[in-house]
Amino acid sequence: MKKVTVHVTLKEGILDPQGQTIETSLHSLGFTEVEEVRTGKTIELLLNDQDNVEARVQAMCTKLLANPVIEDYQLHVEEALQS
Amino acid sequence: MKFAVVVFPGSNCDRDMYHAVREVLQEEADLVWHESGNLQDYDAILLPGGFSYGDYLRSGAVAAVSDIMDQVKRQAAQGKPVLGVCNGFQVLLESGLLPGAMLPNEKLAFMCHQETLKVANNRTMFTTEYNQGETVQFPIAHGEGNYYCDDKTKAKLEANDQIVFTYQNNPNGSTGAIAGIVNEQGNVLGMMPHPERASEAIIGSADGIRLFQSLVKNWREAHVVNV
Amino acid sequence: MLSTSEMTPETIEQEKLYLELGLSEAEYQHVKQILKRRPNFTETGIFSVMWSEHCSYKTSKPLLKKFPSTAPHVLQGPGEGAGVIDIGDGLAAVFKIESHNHPSAVEPYQGAATGVGGIIRDVFSMGARPVALMNSLRFGNPGTGNVNHLFQEVVRGIAGYGNCVGIPTVGGEVQFDASYEDNPLVNAMCVGIIRHEDLQKGIASGAGNTVMYAGAPTGRDGIHGATFASGDLTEDSDKDRPSVQVGDPFMEKLLIEACLEAIQSDALVGMQDMGAAGLTSSASEMASKAGTGMTMNLDLVPQREANMSAYELMLSESQERMLLVVQNGREQEMVDIFAKYGLEAAAVGEVTEDTSFRLLQHGSVVADIPVDALAEEAPVYHMPSKEAAYVRAFRQMDDFIPEVRDHGATLKQLLQQPTIASKEYVYDQYDSMVQTNTVVTPGSDAAVIRMKGTDKALAITTDCNSRYLYLDPEVGGKIAVAEAARNIVCSGAKPLGLTDGLNYGNPTNPEVFWQMEKSVEGMSTAANMLKTPVISGNVSLYNQSNGKSIYPTPVVGMVGLATSLHHITPSFFQESGDLVYVIGGTQPEFGGSALQKLVSGHYEGKAPSIDLQVEADRQHKLLQAIQTGLIQSAHDLSEGGLAVAMAESVFAGNKLGAEADVAGDATVALFSETQSRFLVTVKPEHRKAFETMLTDAVHIGHVTDNNKLIVRINGTTTIDEDVSTLHQLWKGAIPCMLNRKA
Repeated sequence: MKKVTVHVTLKEGILDPQGQTIETSLHSLGFTEVEEVRTGKTIELLLNDQDNVEARVQAMCTKLLANPVIEDYQLHVEEALQS
Repeated sequence: MKFAVVVFPGSNCDRDMYHAVREVLQEEADLVWHESGNLQDYDAILLPGGFSYGDYLRSGAVAAVSDIMDQVKRQAAQGKPVLGVCNGFQVLLESGLLPGAMLPNEKLAFMCHQETLKVANNRTMFTTEYNQGETVQFPIAHGEGNYYCDDKTKAKLEANDQIVFTYQNNPNGSTGAIAGIVNEQGNVLGMMPHPERASEAIIGSADGIRLFQSLVKNWREAHVVNV
Repeated sequence: MLSTSEMTPETIEQEKLYLELGLSEAEYQHVKQILKRRPNFTETGIFSVMWSEHCSYKTSKPLLKKFPSTAPHVLQGPGEGAGVIDIGDGLAAVFKIESHNHPSAVEPYQGAATGVGGIIRDVFSMGARPVALMNSLRFGNPGTGNVNHLFQEVVRGIAGYGNCVGIPTVGGEVQFDASYEDNPLVNAMCVGIIRHEDLQKGIASGAGNTVMYAGAPTGRDGIHGATFASGDLTEDSDKDRPSVQVGDPFMEKLLIEACLEAIQSDALVGMQDMGAAGLTSSASEMASKAGTGMTMNLDLVPQREANMSAYELMLSESQERMLLVVQNGREQEMVDIFAKYGLEAAAVGEVTEDTSFRLLQHGSVVADIPVDALAEEAPVYHMPSKEAAYVRAFRQMDDFIPEVRDHGATLKQLLQQPTIASKEYVYDQYDSMVQTNTVVTPGSDAAVIRMKGTDKALAITTDCNSRYLYLDPEVGGKIAVAEAARNIVCSGAKPLGLTDGLNYGNPTNPEVFWQMEKSVEGMSTAANMLKTPVISGNVSLYNQSNGKSIYPTPVVGMVGLATSLHHITPSFFQESGDLVYVIGGTQPEFGGSALQKLVSGHYEGKAPSIDLQVEADRQHKLLQAIQTGLIQSAHDLSEGGLAVAMAESVFAGNKLGAEADVAGDATVALFSETQSRFLVTVKPEHRKAFETMLTDAVHIGHVTDNNKLIVRINGTTTIDEDVSTLHQLWKGAIPCMLNRKA
């Protein structure tokens, strides 16, 4: 089994009001060192072992998991611990 | 004229659309469940508002990859009118039938109220019953209606006259205050405001019914020879 | 802590573990008597939730019996998922209000969202399509404690759920008072419409019929939510977080469509929502109502998590689940209907002839309880009651008139009081228009939805001025019902019935129980007088924290019928030149008033008095005038009195204003909260007909087109303000308070 973590974030330059709200709030809590906050989402996939895991997940991302008009994504593949 | 109202799991303006077409417009309409319909049998396809598949992942993203959208794409390519309202617009964007994407409203809250729209193009098959530049009242009801496209796309939309409706007081932060656009061929319209909720004066506005009347009139002129 | 397998019936008794599960000593002994043996862990859990206040109403039942609940037009009174009233044309309105206070205090977004989900299921489980949602919310004063967060998240939660399921949230009420600071109230109401023949009950009749489970699989969420809701909130409540359920409105939407389709099949015998106490209460209540028994195999219950015990399966409050009883042999028809919507419907048991509630798991019997013991034989307590000392003191206080120097400035301050200020911030987040029936959108006295295919409309309101109830629970109870009816009448409809959301503090405190008793008596008197039977409701007790109770808050959710769409009347002034009238005289009544809070920061003295005969008479005549077409606009006078009502009437953004001449003491005339009064406008040509019909209406002025609000008292100009200035203050108050750092 492979565990693939997909991090989806808004593209550079796309307004992220949620990130801005968090940033303002952090500043008001005294965390003035915060320069920028960008939000995103994490999707975890458990996959059967096969050769082209990365390519398959890339395809999933472009087809469904991320919207290329506004979003970027990064993959992280690791061995899943058998439970 | 026969309308198909496509119903996805989680669609919730399907009956409203159906009511506007059947009872107000007095045309034929069917609610077409996403798994069972043949869209070839219809003259126009309506993608209603709601929260298809719970709007999980991204609004409209899951519906956009469902089987019935392949049919919608084929029918659209043949020039059949396709109207996506609210969630239906989001589905059209996610499926690539229209350019751009939806972001959460600038103020991050769902908003529901009447908005004043400007008819930016009255030469589409959806808007001939309006005057160019006319202002109309349509309700909006969305949490993600902040239309986004890059500068290049926006320039293209403007050059091709694809911007059909704009907001007078941009409520959600949309690029260019865009409320509705058509594809290059002019037969696929996506818009966030709800024409079906503006189809009778008693519920606040009757300005939306002319959108459906435009469709019917243009379809009749093109398809019915002996009227 | 012992694991559940170590909790043998003997250990439970010896270690008195039943106390921790919520059963009292006497209740445990009673259980032993019923079973003629010691209950095991699962059975102890089942008894403790079924006998909790939330499920059994054990302390409130004797009071609830006082409510009038029958009338020729009542098709279903209290006892089912929701009450049902006949509205003609073979149609009926189905409605109920329910509280979700404790979950919302701990996790406001999910607490409010699942509250909405639960009340929707109560309505569609009757077979009705839900057509409107309303709510009634109470918070502490904005800017104090955690109030801003609770307020914003509760509103977001209601919006998040209601918007997704496609039922318009057409209105509600929000009030702010210190007594709710740690104990917000979240009461949600749902209204549905049904054809008489589709009416469905939650009964498990017909031995041999199959019990089916439909909807979301069961997880460990909300275990013991029902007993949680029946205990005080403590500082430890934060640690109770796992007990809060998470809602999935998408699942609910699918469930609505599937269930309404299932109801059209004659294979369906009965259906009930799995609400508080989950599978336990739905299954045992369905069997108890039918006089049957039920056997369920818990191994067949769809499960989201592994290794769930019988106790967990029976007590889980996972959301979006329904229990169905289906004719034996026709299970597949149900499976197919639910499968169309991607939902699972699984046969989990059968209806039996004996009256045992029997549960099997892994091949053995894990519970065997007489059905009636759970529902019918739940204990009933007659709590001691004692007149609250503070109320006696308040009643002896003299009438007083607060000192006001600048009435215009005071009006501006009142318009910014959060309870009076515009709630646009709230209702703009609600989809109030889906289903295309909303004729009167939020912000009016009552919401109005048309019924397609008829010329009729339903008017809906929620109301409860708890400050009056605090000062005098009986009078306040009468006012709560009367004010709700006033709102319905102003919109052009005839009040037909109500649902009550009773919220109180700890009933073991005799003064709190007395508040309950008196307010229920007051509401009953008013409901009888105004012919609005109580057809459903909910009780939420133990709304107190750190020894401080909330104000008694019996929320009234009322539904009325407009017999023609032409009767629908706005609350805003309509046209320049229309004549302005106040119906009803004004006395100096400032106890519990908005002005009292503004001036003194607290409430004391007498509640405003109310004569229900006068109330009924005026409502009747006003409705008649509306139906005759004499009325342009109608608005009741409530918080802030005449001045606030006049200001609200010119806030429609249509550049209108008003000019009025009133006699008497300026403060009394402008701000007193005397009951049973209305502000109406009439076209000049209808003057005579109107004055003949409403003899106690006083002509005070006219609507203008200069966007100014002018009031002269005894000939002296006392208020002279720009409407747009007042409007901005009123509209901006709540957003402004939320931006202020707490």
